[in-house]
Amino acid sequence: MAVCVAVIAKENYPLYIRSVPTQNELKFHYTVHTSLDVVEEKVSAVGKALPDQRELYLGLLYPTEDYKVYGYVTNSKVKFVIVVDSSNTSLRDNEIRSMFRKLHSSFTDVMCNPFYNPGDTIQSKSFDSIVSAMMVQSS
Amino acid sequence: LSIFICMADEALFQFLHNEVIQYVNTTESGETENGRCVSKLENMGFRVGQGLIERFTKDTARFKDELDVMKFICKDFWTCVFKKQIDNLRTNHQGIYVLQDNKFRLLTQLSAGKQYLENAPKYLAFTCGLVRGALSNLGVKSIVTAEVSVMPACKFQVMIQKM
Repeated sequence: MAVCVAVIAKENYPLYIRSVPTQNELKFHYTVHTSLDVVEEKVSAVGKALPDQRELYLGLLYPTEDYKVYGYVTNSKVKFVIVVDSSNTSLRDNEIRSMFRKLHSSFTDVMCNPFYNPGDTIQSKSFDSIVSAMMVQSS
Repeated sequence: LSIFICMADEALFQFLHNEVIQYVNTTESGETENGRCVSKLENMGFRVGQGLIERFTKDTARFKDELDVMKFICKDFWTCVFKKQIDNLRTNHQGIYVLQDNKFRLLTQLSAGKQYLENAPKYLAFTCGLVRGALSNLGVKSIVTAEVSVMPACKFQVMIQKM
């Protein structure tokens, strides 16, 4: 389903980034990095919006020829970015949303782990396996 | 039954909190003992606050502004941790907020007289850290202090640090 999943800290450095191994990793890092500007833009626009638009899920950030980039920002300003293959047209908004929800609740568990220092890279196995599950479904 | 479970929950936290204070107090000895004890408790609270806010804000909408964040701390956050809301929230609209709790849970077991007044800072340090950690994780840097004049009532002062 997803070709790249990234978690980005409040201060805009990556906490976690993983992409499908067969493809160009650097390109995904670049894609995720570029998406941060769009996230910023959306979040600052949301401040003035109606209460029902103050959702954590930001929706489609931008489509490129090959990929679609989706974003999600938690209240603690941590960003989640999912990159999806454009050829995959069967994917609905709802499914993306639930993927983000899963990521978020797993991230919450990581944060509540007493051995995890907030701001460190995520090395949790359970988080890893959730991301793996999201990528496996694509093939 | 649920009432008893709920009560047991609260009791656990209270007893643990008391023990932590005792423990930190006995392990820190020296002239600056009191200051270090308080900052140690404060740091523990900070980490707990960070974790808690991650849990509590998982399903809430994005906050509008600083005041919105403070209201969340006074209502939802306080209710989850201390089973009651903050009684009074005041602000000068320039980054200082005063949160007043007329019956602060962690002080209710102490005598209402003046007897233990000098011990009060130790019982408030963890909570100061808790608030600071919560705010910090929501992107608001602050300094949190607490003061007690009459026993179960206390005031937390939050000074927002502009970046």
